[in-house]
Amino acid sequence: MADILVLATSTAGVVDEVALQAITFGRRMAAAGAVHVFVAGDEAAAGALAGSGATRVHLARHDAFATFAPDAVAAALWQVAGEIRPAAIVGPGTEAGNTILARTAARAGLPFAANCVALTLGEPSTLTRLRWGGSLQEEAILRGRPAIASLAPHVVAAETADAAAPEVAPFTPALADADLVVRVVDRVPAASGGVSLADAKVVVSGGRGVGSADGFAPIEELAALLGAAVGCSRAVTMAGWRSHTDQVGQTGTKIAPNLYIACGISGATQHMAGAKGAKKLLAINKDAEAPIMAAADYAVIGDLHEIVPAISAEIRRVRGG
Amino acid sequence: MKVLVAVKSVPAVAGRIGLTPDERAIDTKHLSFTISPHEECAVEEAVRLIEKGGGDSVVVTLGPEAAVEQLRDALALGIARGIHLVTDGEEWDPESTAGAIVEAIRADEAESGPFDLILMGNESADSAGYQVAVRVAAALGRPVVTTIKGLAVDGRTVRCEQEASGGRDVFSLPLPAVVAVLEGLNLPRFPSVPGRLRAKSKPIATSRPARPEQRLEMQRLVVPQGATKQAEILGHGAEAAPKVVEVLSGLGLV
Ligand SMILES: Cc1cc2nc3c(=O)[nH]c(=O)nc-3n(C[C@H](O)[C@H](O)[C@H](O)COP(=O)(O)OP(=O)(O)OC[C@H]3O[C@@H](n4cnc5c(N)ncnc54)[C@H](O)[C@@H]3O)c2cc1C
Ligand SMILES: Nc1ncnc2c1ncn2[C@@H]1O[C@H](COP(=O)(O)O)[C@@H](O)[C@H]1O
Repeated sequence: MADILVLATSTAGVVDEVALQAITFGRRMAAAGAVHVFVAGDEAAAGALAGSGATRVHLARHDAFATFAPDAVAAALWQVAGEIRPAAIVGPGTEAGNTILARTAARAGLPFAANCVALTLGEPSTLTRLRWGGSLQEEAILRGRPAIASLAPHVVAAETADAAAPEVAPFTPALADADLVVRVVDRVPAASGGVSLADAKVVVSGGRGVGSADGFAPIEELAALLGAAVGCSRAVTMAGWRSHTDQVGQTGTKIAPNLYIACGISGATQHMAGAKGAKKLLAINKDAEAPIMAAADYAVIGDLHEIVPAISAEIRRVRGG
Repeated sequence: MKVLVAVKSVPAVAGRIGLTPDERAIDTKHLSFTISPHEECAVEEAVRLIEKGGGDSVVVTLGPEAAVEQLRDALALGIARGIHLVTDGEEWDPESTAGAIVEAIRADEAESGPFDLILMGNESADSAGYQVAVRVAAALGRPVVTTIKGLAVDGRTVRCEQEASGGRDVFSLPLPAVVAVLEGLNLPRFPSVPGRLRAKSKPIATSRPARPEQRLEMQRLVVPQGATKQAEILGHGAEAAPKVVEVLSGLGLV
């Protein structure tokens, strides 16, 4: 039995799915112990945790939370930890979750393990975490109390609990001036348009095999016919053929479409680290032995410059008839 | 302006990752070494800042003897000098990595003044601890932002942009500051032959820090068993198009 403190991030009044996953993760570790959930500033999110399994919600109220201010959040989270003395502090392994927990750990002088898939508390704690964007895992020991760790997104499904709505305990954290230096001061809106790669239901990508920036015209044509987003590999962005916003992979965008069409892409681990969420994969490659074949559901072998336009023509023919 | 960039030497894995027999390291017999794409962008940004405003630039790495290659790569791109914190090849956890880098920063700053900007990758390519930059900043008492894809120095402030849903969030930090960046910040240049030649004579200071007790200690690596599939070959060349469209229809796309 152990008391657990969970960092819950939220977006405009709605608790993030990954934060609900972290609460479920925390509940399993707590067993009969209490699950304390921390929310910075977002009143509506704090009030929306019935059924999440939270025992108590600590709602930090401060002007600092009007925009993202990671040091202020870390300071308030660590203040709650000082009161309840949890065995572990966990949160979502998102960019925001990881930076807040890293700051909490640095402030506390404790180790921090990012993107865990399993954590067993003890002296020391043992854990499994992701490396190389998930292409590799590590089993490790964590020496520090409370154990501070983030949960890799989407490895634990959020489970609802039938417990009563948790008590919400608002408090005003004591923040130092230094905690307020790092905060969002402005928002530049995105030029809208096109299907976002991360949310696209279909993605058509090109790799080095496309050969040039102009070589993407047939890929774009096929994508337009399918209402798909266009993606690419790092070989393409490094060559300057496309912007990095189109890159799929470990250091690019993680996609989760129903169908991923990868043309002239070999299937390096770092590329596949961003394409694991695809439900079906069609590989178009002149090399029947390319590594991507081991991850593909369907394959067409040959020159993409012939195959891709032929597919577009066939779609038009079928639709026209 | 004085800028520091931190890079980590990692094996350039491409296909399936192989492990050493003790399962405590990647088998690098047939691999070259590289740095994270995020760090490549950090190096490029440092070079651009110095090209524009003048000043001193330093690249630091904590790693084995062979990691000097990754320092030379950064020097070939235009960084002025290197600091090599030499290890015996054992892993250092993020906390002790940050500790060693902080010591090196303090020593360099005592000699030649403070770094206005410290640039790092958002996460290292291999162990991805998501924290060295944050820890270095905390130890030095400097502000730090992570996941940065846009950066502009204006006098004594640095404006940093981070992707957010529906746009970009902007931070404005006073210098000196620490910034952890993402690939996409810029398009890194390739090293030139003269650049490579110049790099050979640029200074690299070495020291051997002591490895403290590890509080996040790797025990074993595991290659996750991804489901290997038997791809259904729909055909060869343009002739496969009708078969592909059948599959697309089956998925409700045509
Ligand atoms: C730390 C790190 C992070 C990385 N992050 C990413 C990332 O986020 N995303 C990413 O994509 N990569 C990433 N990489 C790079 C990755 O390792 C590969 O180098 C890259 O994915 C290769 O791109 P590619 O498949 O387009 O090129 P290649 O590996 O060169 O493959 C080209 C393929 O095209 C095929 N081909 C060639 N011509 C034709 C033709 N006419 N018709 C059909 N097929 C053809 C070839 O058979 C081959 O399979 C990263 C690397 C490192 C070290
Ligand atoms: N061994 C190292 N030597 C130099 N810099 C490092 C080292 N490890 C990590 N860093 C820097 O810290 C960043 C974040 O690393 P990490 O916290 O391990 O994800 C990296 O992208 C590097 O810029």
